[in-house]
Amino acid sequence: MKESMASERETFDCRDIFASTLEEMAAEDPRICAVVNDAVGSTKLGGFRRRFPERFVNVGIAEQNMVGASAGLASGGMIPFCCGASCFLTARAMEQVKVDLGYARNNVKLCGMSSGLAYGELGPTHHSIEDLAWTRVIPNLSVIVPADPVETRSALLWAREHDGPVFLRLSRMPVPRLFPEDHRFIPGQAPVLREGGDLTIFVNGVLVVRALQAAERLSQRGMEARVVNMSSITPLDREAVLRAARETGAILTVEEASIYGGLGGAVCEIVAEEHPVRVRRMGVPGVFAPTGSEAFLLKHFGLTAEGIETAAVDLLRSRRAP
Amino acid sequence: MTMPETTATEDLQYRLRETAQWVRMQALQMVHHARIGHPGGDLSATDILVTLYLGVLQIRPADPAWPERDRFILSKGHCSAALYATLAATGFIAEHVLGTFMDPLSILNGHPDRNKVPGVEANTGPLGHGLPLATGTALAARMRKEAWRTFVLTGDGELQEGSNWEAALCAAQYGLDNLVLIVDRNRIQQGDFVDKIIRMDPLADKWRAFGWQVAEVDGHDYGELLHALGSTPSVSGKPTCILANTVKGRGVSFMQNNPKWHHHIPSDSELEQALAELKGAAV
Repeated sequence: MKESMASERETFDCRDIFASTLEEMAAEDPRICAVVNDAVGSTKLGGFRRRFPERFVNVGIAEQNMVGASAGLASGGMIPFCCGASCFLTARAMEQVKVDLGYARNNVKLCGMSSGLAYGELGPTHHSIEDLAWTRVIPNLSVIVPADPVETRSALLWAREHDGPVFLRLSRMPVPRLFPEDHRFIPGQAPVLREGGDLTIFVNGVLVVRALQAAERLSQRGMEARVVNMSSITPLDREAVLRAARETGAILTVEEASIYGGLGGAVCEIVAEEHPVRVRRMGVPGVFAPTGSEAFLLKHFGLTAEGIETAAVDLLRSRRAP
Repeated sequence: MTMPETTATEDLQYRLRETAQWVRMQALQMVHHARIGHPGGDLSATDILVTLYLGVLQIRPADPAWPERDRFILSKGHCSAALYATLAATGFIAEHVLGTFMDPLSILNGHPDRNKVPGVEANTGPLGHGLPLATGTALAARMRKEAWRTFVLTGDGELQEGSNWEAALCAAQYGLDNLVLIVDRNRIQQGDFVDKIIRMDPLADKWRAFGWQVAEVDGHDYGELLHALGSTPSVSGKPTCILANTVKGRGVSFMQNNPKWHHHIPSDSELEQALAELKGAAV
């Protein structure tokens, strides 16, 4: 990737930086291996397979064995990156994630590709909007939703160093570069991307750019939104949530996931217990999505700059109401 | 000169019999103490466990994390009492710890936890996890060019879990001849005889069809177990499946081959009778 590319309009499929970073790490560290469920193309691991065939395991269409064997590889001293479409990787192998990774603390890096609504028209079978709720309740499992190529790379480098299971939730939707090259992902730290005192927007993944655009539009209408990148779902930056509650008094959560149990749920748990303020959660509101492309569905569920702006205005209005 | 070798084997078999008797008695006392557990499976798996730990596995009880050790995964994690007693007999844990089986805050949970108990390689309990894990450790040995082997023990009812067959395909595809599956084939699962729930026979044919090398042994005959486990990998490029025919509740007349004793707890007098029968058996 060229350094000169940081134009606002240029967008990136984060799977590319994922694949190149994984190859780079494998070249440096003989313990790194990749495990896939036949999805070599959609995980973009063709290059890895060519360069490191002896460290590439394709288990076929068999996710329970994919996660179980990854745990075995980890207990045998390897650092497996276990890659597949997020919908199958999590749902199909959830007990292996719970027992073989979380409970047994095996050092496996789960890489859930094409998460959220990325599969669009393929429908709710292929959407992965439940994965955050499922993984967030597993002790010892770090859950990360990077926002751009820089953060994706940084999160991967961190995952390699971290001795414990990690769920990296990646997308295929092109996103602009948001962070400078020297940005470092730090677990449990939610960087403030934009300051503001009227409300706080907690957001992650492919929707961060839309939340920033919404904040610009709000600013033009005289409302200043703080935008916080909550890529680290577990561990969660409690202080960032409490600061938001205390200092801005209203919170909007925005995620390409079910509004139940993910980022929105996590924020509400802290706010309700420690500093109750008005919260509104944006995401998929407890329904299976209708047919449509990812772009269509994001618009359908209000997950656009305009939709986030409207929700923010509503939130501020309801807060002022008696 | 075969004479000393024969004597060594006889000595080992005597030691296995003696240890197995002790493990069976311990396991029943542990289950009786905890008022919860799985005595039937403990008793069917004991001879396999003891043979592995005393006669087959390259392990160092004083150094449980020795990197070159053979890996053993107890997939049927509900038979933890027999495993813990075997670990005590081998020196991985102190004998007195067995008395805390399933007590509040004991390291000896109802199902084994590798982060708490020295010598335990995997957290098992839900069935169908061991073989995928073992497939992974066998792959790791190959990637690291290490000579250690992986052994995994499942039940026969447990093979109804589909994850086993995902791993069976994978292990054969990758030619994992450093992997040995032992099936504790006692023909009884929680609810009834395996045949009456979901039939697994012809089991040897299934494993052969999946590309595995298959051997069938009497799972209570130390000579047969030692021969089968000691001669693996028997075929280069193939994983091995050893079907160990066993009797659930082995060694206690009223528990033997009776589905009730999958997880029934002996009363005081039943325990007394069971221990007397085990003690009275010739070593």
